[in-house]
Amino acid sequence: MERYYQPEIECASRETILGWQNERLVKQVRHVWDNVPYYRKKMEEKGVTPDDIKGVADLHKLPFLSKEDLRIAYPYGLLAEPLEKCVRIQSTSGTTGKRVVAFYTQHDIDLWEDCCARAIVAAGGTNKDVCQVSYGYGLFTGGPGLNGGSHKVGCLTIPTSSGNTERQIMFIMDLQATILCCTPSYAAYLGETMKEMGYTPDQIPLKAGIFGAEAWSEEMRRDIEKTLGIKAYDIYGLTETSGPGVSFECSEQTGMHINEDHFIAEIIDPETGEVLPEGEKGELVFTSITKEAFPLLRYRTRDICVLSRKKCSCGRTHVKMSKPMGRSDDMLIIKGVNVFPSQIETVLIQHGYSSNYQIIVDRVNHTDTLEVQVEMTPENFSDSLAKITEREKELVSGLKTMLGIGAKVKLVAPKTIQRSEGKAVRVIDKRKI
Amino acid sequence: MTIRQISVFLENRAGQLREITGVLCDSHINLRAISIAETADYGVLRIIADDPASASEKLLEHGFILTMTPVVAVEVPDQPGGLNSVLGLISDSGIDVEYMYAVLGGSNGKAYMIFRVADAEKLCEVLEQNGLKSVPGEVLGEH
Repeated sequence: MERYYQPEIECASRETILGWQNERLVKQVRHVWDNVPYYRKKMEEKGVTPDDIKGVADLHKLPFLSKEDLRIAYPYGLLAEPLEKCVRIQSTSGTTGKRVVAFYTQHDIDLWEDCCARAIVAAGGTNKDVCQVSYGYGLFTGGPGLNGGSHKVGCLTIPTSSGNTERQIMFIMDLQATILCCTPSYAAYLGETMKEMGYTPDQIPLKAGIFGAEAWSEEMRRDIEKTLGIKAYDIYGLTETSGPGVSFECSEQTGMHINEDHFIAEIIDPETGEVLPEGEKGELVFTSITKEAFPLLRYRTRDICVLSRKKCSCGRTHVKMSKPMGRSDDMLIIKGVNVFPSQIETVLIQHGYSSNYQIIVDRVNHTDTLEVQVEMTPENFSDSLAKITEREKELVSGLKTMLGIGAKVKLVAPKTIQRSEGKAVRVIDKRKI
Repeated sequence: MTIRQISVFLENRAGQLREITGVLCDSHINLRAISIAETADYGVLRIIADDPASASEKLLEHGFILTMTPVVAVEVPDQPGGLNSVLGLISDSGIDVEYMYAVLGGSNGKAYMIFRVADAEKLCEVLEQNGLKSVPGEVLGEH
């Protein structure tokens, strides 16, 4: 039988949900107008005032926000509450090295954790479960979000964070973990490793997994489900709107329910910005209607997907989004981390390498790999191999600092990276997702 | 006395070395000594050419990345312990050798070692004080 964390919200009628959205949107627009001069200016430029927004039907009148706005307004320009009310930040990559910093009041964290708790209960979690959170803890939202959700559900929470696979497996087996939260590629890797160690699916105590922060295919889902002997659920979110739990999968596994009491979703044409009718593929845009500290209105996620209001067999009434099918910008998600080619370019230039480079992303044994091919320059060349290697190591460490993930650098001869007419082909993504 | 060594960046792929020798061949440049240092992904080709100026000009024209480095060529006594005695001098004087390689049969059939050190002038002095000579490029066949 389907269980819910907040049934009165998750299964509310469409009219009730729309009622909440109308009321909260009007209030939120006023809150932003009063407290965020940056957005107020954007509204003024568009000739919109809070009086023009009487409900969801007027949402399209509001200006968009993008990652570029977050960069310009960094760090405090979009903060809508005084610092004494804020208790936490989380952070993710920006386009050129400036990070995105999102702020939370205690209330914001509570609501975010509720969203994660809904996802855990939808995956079958109860207070009798042992939930291992193997997402990174720290600035990344994955660990803190699911950790909070797991507490709310009342699971015994194992905050292993990411990495140290041997220890992860020890805890799964010794503490008989029943729910696993991590990126799908790490789940696949854990599964492969446990298989190599001789564990069969029926020996592994896990029954469900909540996997997100990167794209994964149905084929990968079946692989993970088979090796770990679990049911694998998708979860979606972004730091800008809170973190994981903006939407989550239910037992039907045909899309992720967006928590519409907190977020209004729109699909727009990424070229024109025009709102598209339900069922059409386009860029997903979110408006946070309950966030206090960092209430982004009409934030462009750059994720391409489709919304569906078809009745769901799980009983939840909130709109469903498909898995993101691509991006309307050049952002890559590698090992769950946002990577922009412009960040890599910035580091290369800082280290005296040429801006002719190529990024090769692949997935080997379910794990993402990143290789940066860069042309040797006179500045970085030396007759001493040790000096070249030392400079190469500095570059590798510069990339790690900028991106937060490791990259392999391959130095190539000058003029060997293909120059194309017009737009350069910077990225070769060999992953079949 | 130092001689000019040309170091060229080598990408680890089939045919890369041949491209370099091809350019030198077309320019009628003769190689007197050659050494390669490599990692798994790339290497440095070090050459002593009979015409360093024109060799580097031609290679640059063809888009290769290179650097010209002063190195010291020393005639090594052709007997057991010959290299040992030269290295003894260098190590006693506290000079750190970055790398070295052998040239067998220069224009006169003798054996030479090429030394790359931080301070080439100092190495030349040390050799001279001990009755050994750094040889000029001509001895190795430089025009």
